[in-house]
Amino acid sequence: MAQMTMIQAITDAMRNELKSNEQVLVFGEDVGQNGGVFRATEGLQKEFGEDRVFDTPLAESGIGGLAIGLGLTGFRPVMEIQFFGFVFEVFDSVAAQMGRMRYRSGGVYTSPVTIRSPFGGGVKTPELHADSLEGLMYQTPGIKVVIPSTPYDAKGLLISAIRDNDPVVYLEHMKLYRSFRGEVPEEEYTIELGKADVKREGKDVSIITYGAMVHASLKAAEELEKEGISAEVIDLRTISPLDIETIMASVEKTGRAIVVQEAQKQAGIGAFVVAEINDRAILHLEAPVLRVTAPDTVFPYASAEDVWIPDHRDIVDKAKKVYNF
Amino acid sequence: MTKTIDAVQDQFETFQILSEDGEVVNESAMPNLSDEDLQELMRRMVYTRIWDQRAISLNRQGRLGFYAPVAGQEASMLGTHYALDKEDWILPGYRDIPQMVFHGFPLTQAFLWSRGHFQGGQIPEGVNVLMPQIIIGAQIIQAAGVGFGLKKQGKKNVCITYTGDGGASQGDFYEGLNFAGAYRANTIFVVQNNRFAISVPVEKQSAAKTIAQKAVAAGIEGIQVDGMDVLAVYAATQQARERAISGEGPTLIETLTYRYGPHTMAGDDPTRYRTKDLDNEWEKKDPLVRFRKFLEKKNLWSEEQENKVVEEAKEDIKAAIKKADGAPKQKVTDLIGFMFEDLPFNLREQLEEYTAKESK
Repeated sequence: MAQMTMIQAITDAMRNELKSNEQVLVFGEDVGQNGGVFRATEGLQKEFGEDRVFDTPLAESGIGGLAIGLGLTGFRPVMEIQFFGFVFEVFDSVAAQMGRMRYRSGGVYTSPVTIRSPFGGGVKTPELHADSLEGLMYQTPGIKVVIPSTPYDAKGLLISAIRDNDPVVYLEHMKLYRSFRGEVPEEEYTIELGKADVKREGKDVSIITYGAMVHASLKAAEELEKEGISAEVIDLRTISPLDIETIMASVEKTGRAIVVQEAQKQAGIGAFVVAEINDRAILHLEAPVLRVTAPDTVFPYASAEDVWIPDHRDIVDKAKKVYNF
Repeated sequence: MTKTIDAVQDQFETFQILSEDGEVVNESAMPNLSDEDLQELMRRMVYTRIWDQRAISLNRQGRLGFYAPVAGQEASMLGTHYALDKEDWILPGYRDIPQMVFHGFPLTQAFLWSRGHFQGGQIPEGVNVLMPQIIIGAQIIQAAGVGFGLKKQGKKNVCITYTGDGGASQGDFYEGLNFAGAYRANTIFVVQNNRFAISVPVEKQSAAKTIAQKAVAAGIEGIQVDGMDVLAVYAATQQARERAISGEGPTLIETLTYRYGPHTMAGDDPTRYRTKDLDNEWEKKDPLVRFRKFLEKKNLWSEEQENKVVEEAKEDIKAAIKKADGAPKQKVTDLIGFMFEDLPFNLREQLEEYTAKESK
């Protein structure tokens, strides 16, 4: 089996889909000749031609409208928003148009669009490049949101996203692009959207998380292990829709849970997970469900990222708090 | 600098074929339309005028719902549409219901859309229209995409989209024109400049003398047309369509027109922002009066023909409203089914919840 970085796995997934379905089109700013600013589309234009993989003018809203229109004429668009902080420029197309197409037409039309976009802190970008804005998408009906944390998941989830007949926002954490390699089969495979993955089994406390925080949580779990606390780490992988069954099975087993997100605390995924646990598993709980999040400021200046983004120590502290409650 | 602007603006003269008296003033531009085509154009305009009157009255009786009046804009709407092929796509704004209906969207469904019933959005198979867009300008960038898709598929078809003078101020308007130009998409952009974006006059929307000239910066064709002259509107659209399907790219058509009624029937009062004199000035240019004069001189239109269309329209509307009255009462359980191909857990649970609630 091949060893790939997450970005290689993402390219591989697109190559697979461009090969297997000639209606698939890949486009965005700099994705053609240049292969994307992160090289996610490296070599794809050369392999599949400018008809299938192409550059767009520099206008995010236009890219979103283009994707909707191409979707209506039978294509399967895979569009890139160069950095997810630019989603505000294309928010109408994503939230008000793609997310509502099926509903507004009473099931007649769909927007089978995949929106790929890098995000995530820790790489010292200028502002509005790294923000965790998945909460905005989570509050938007009609949109699925996927955030992979490993090369293996990245490929299987992206293939599923492209094949999905509804719009999928697929967010790629920049810090994970090249930070490690993992085993990725060269052949195609899919990972069902809406299914979480237990990245580490444990019996004392459930750590529910996604994206780069999966890795911080795994590191925290190792430290907790040294102190005799067995932590289970659940990688949500798809944050909309949530895999409620996996979350509840874990919480019912451990009786204790924390939710970890890189995003600010206010109205986030964590808050929703806590509410769902309250609704469904309150009698299994030995302690309140706590959250590890960033503070409710604007995403920080690059040199303040280290003190702003939650890390494994914050996770260890919160896990101990619920363990010792 | 100013001189450059003037040079550009002065190139955009209003294209006209019929004068206000129904005289042909531009013989060489006369489109190649049969007598039957000319009569059909008149029939559609008369039909739409009656429909508009009935719709306003139904709205006042509380029987219609959301409605944006169209009287005054019939030539702009139906003249552009008449140049289309059945396989062409229409991405309409919320006032552009007549083009949808003449493209095959059933009148009953148009009424259901007005009433806010889901069946009003269920476009029948083979009718290439989108649901009317509410967000000003959103359809313009989508039209670039549909036109690009048609071009990619090698189809000899176009996508036409409509907005108003206010819509031409949106960022999406510029992005749509620019994208379509960059990809030489099979797209026609129609701006029905009816002089007021709700209440704001077109002079306050932009320093540009015409909207058509906005095509220049995008590197595409642009033309300003007398939007009360159905032949000029038809001819301009027909040429734009020819250019698009022969790979010469998109066109921006500005039609100079006027809406006689309010912006919508939801409480707009045009006397707050328009003078009676201006109304009168534009009513003199009326597209139906003008085209009727033209046809009568050719012995192609009579009072009997007119009355026949009026009766036909009234009957159709009566039947369509009656049919719309028979639409099923909406249930939350219907709506849940339109969210995703496969329902996620939250909607599955809510479906159960509402199934129980609605079966009580």
